[in-house]
Amino acid sequence: MPQWTLLGLLQGKQTAPWPLAEGDDGQAGFIGMPRYHPELCGDDCKGCADACPTHAITMPANGDGRLDIDYGRCIVCQLCTEACPTGAVAASGDWAFGVTGRDDLVWRDDAAAAPASDVAAPAGFRRSLHVRHVDAGSCNGCESELQALNNAFYNLHRLGVFFTASPRAADLLLVTGPVTHAMLEPLRATYEAMAEPRWVMAIGTCAVSGGIVEGGYACGHGLEGVLTVDVYLPGCPPNPAAIIEALLMFLKRSPQRVRGSRLGE
Amino acid sequence: MSAPQPLSLRPADLKGAAGDLLKVGGRMQMSYAWYPEPNRLELRYVASLPHQAAFAQWRCEPDGPVPSLAGICPLLSWYEREITDLFGISFSDHPQPHRLVLHEGVAAGHPPLDPGYPAERPLVVERKRQQIPDLAGAGADVQLLPFGPVRADVLESGEFLFFYVGESILHFQPRLFFKHRGMEKRFEGLEADQGVVLAERVSGIGSVAHALAYCQAVEAAAGCEVPARARLLRVVLAEMERLYNHLHYFGHLCHTTTLKVGEAEGKLLEERAKQLNARLAGSRLLRSLVTIGGLRRDLDPQGWLAGELQALHGKFSAYARHMESTDSHLDRLITTGRLDHRVALDQGATGPIERASGIDRDLRRDHPYAAYGELSPDIAVRSEGDAHARARARMAEVDAGIALIERALGRLAGGPLRADCKIRPGAEGLGWSESPRGTLFYAVHFGRDGKLKRVKIKSPSFSNWRVFPFTVHDTNMMDYAINEASFGLTIAGCDR
Repeated sequence: MPQWTLLGLLQGKQTAPWPLAEGDDGQAGFIGMPRYHPELCGDDCKGCADACPTHAITMPANGDGRLDIDYGRCIVCQLCTEACPTGAVAASGDWAFGVTGRDDLVWRDDAAAAPASDVAAPAGFRRSLHVRHVDAGSCNGCESELQALNNAFYNLHRLGVFFTASPRAADLLLVTGPVTHAMLEPLRATYEAMAEPRWVMAIGTCAVSGGIVEGGYACGHGLEGVLTVDVYLPGCPPNPAAIIEALLMFLKRSPQRVRGSRLGE
Repeated sequence: MSAPQPLSLRPADLKGAAGDLLKVGGRMQMSYAWYPEPNRLELRYVASLPHQAAFAQWRCEPDGPVPSLAGICPLLSWYEREITDLFGISFSDHPQPHRLVLHEGVAAGHPPLDPGYPAERPLVVERKRQQIPDLAGAGADVQLLPFGPVRADVLESGEFLFFYVGESILHFQPRLFFKHRGMEKRFEGLEADQGVVLAERVSGIGSVAHALAYCQAVEAAAGCEVPARARLLRVVLAEMERLYNHLHYFGHLCHTTTLKVGEAEGKLLEERAKQLNARLAGSRLLRSLVTIGGLRRDLDPQGWLAGELQALHGKFSAYARHMESTDSHLDRLITTGRLDHRVALDQGATGPIERASGIDRDLRRDHPYAAYGELSPDIAVRSEGDAHARARARMAEVDAGIALIERALGRLAGGPLRADCKIRPGAEGLGWSESPRGTLFYAVHFGRDGKLKRVKIKSPSFSNWRVFPFTVHDTNMMDYAINEASFGLTIAGCDR
């Protein structure tokens, strides 16, 4: 056993200083949500809307030729950025898309002026948030990134956030997946087993809106119409840093960075 | 990769043909159903023959209940049950005639893959207690522990029934398909290239393997040739996927043997590998690159990736040496969850699981695709069949995988990335890849409109979940978690 102790010690500190201090957040190269620059759009061009497999980008009929964009439906597949001839929809490294209001994932021209959504998050959580996760039919991509939160690089424990086995001990229910017909009842039962007050976070585009597998014979529309959601985090899957940011935002230890689907500084 | 025409068989001839296949050393790979015409259903059987790169295919049109082949080829049992659930076709003399993909509560009479079933109509679910095997004969001392579908920790949903006396497990029954999303039907009516993002999301941690098998099936149907640079980069991506999956595997395995630093080290190495993925491909799960005919965009691995992988490999080798010299860890693995060679063969074990039970088989070598044919991958086989052998098989795959990436990078030259693939109406194709968990198949059929008419997905975990309970019966509760971790199963790909 001493060999393991030595292996651990020789490695030194492997945990990223981020988000508590400046430093590597481990997300180098990561391509996130496409960035929209409406002023660059060509006349009557809807290449991105045609390419989008989840109708996150749509061109309303009888509209003024402007696009409707809903980042709550975006699966980060980058097909729109490849279809766009002018760079109006461009690849970006934006990932901090956790929001408390579903509306903030929908593009608004006047985003800067719009007030922040009412934060439904609790007061009183300081360094002890207990989270129960339920997989409601995900592809396992979100689980892979959620599991990463406890690796030495992110070390979620240091931020005072803990995964708990029992919903009875949980404050926050973290749901992944589009909510399949077979998981609907176990999901509801898990929520019912939580003590009040309780909160819900939708992790990944499937849980936010159903994503690419929405509807059909076996899937629902994510948590829409199933549970009241307090934090939405789209992504396919959201990277660990985005999940950490969303958790800190829920705890009011970090600001919401997206308003009207635009990432502020 | 164009396959010969499938052999037509009458239902009455199926059993004889299956017996002949086994006699010559062949092995069934999968079976599925589809509708060539709205009222004409056809069953397909895909088999491998010894020393033959092409797969054999049979087709059969049912004229009533089809004779079940599960008695001769036990691995077909789940395929037949799936066809019954999703297409409403019944099999006669099936040894396990129970629901599989659709649970007991789903109303019968409306098989969702019937062409007449509306695309957006949800299943009608009436809550009904599941059928639990009657073990009353074993006496009142037998306890039943139902575990799941919501389990402890961040885990995929699935339910597990343990029938046990004290520490001993008498019977173990996984109940999966809580995560069934109807993925195969979602492909229907799409253009071929629209199917790629869907394939990437069937099993998230197998995104490359799924995209690759799907694209290769379409490329086989179109008869198009992927350019050399794209084929080599596909190998790099597929092996990077194997790398982070296997590193995760060791972290989780150490978690179950309570080797804390070993767990931390495995998961840290996985994180480093995923960060390399993001640097290389912009995606930690290596998505949004593979597409029909090649790759969507070029990658620039030259000058940095080989060095980073070498550093990672050095750390992994030290880590593996530590695991292999820790008695408390090895004590929990050696002889645990032993999978007999015969059972592995009959029940359809695949990937590192079958190779740990002495079956020398790997699609990369035996049915080469992408650039594997020119890279001669080393395939590790072990004969013990226990949890330790399964871990050792994966250790060898980490070494071999990194060597493959280095070889592929060494051969990488400039050139086109994507070939034009024209889909011929009515074409069909079979594609495959050796995912980190084993054999993955996609069968695609196009309609007269040139759009996808049927896509069948055979994921490796569908095979290995079928096999896994055979290593649990008559073992003990203490070893269960270790054994499950040693299989490295996912549920999303199995459930689809």
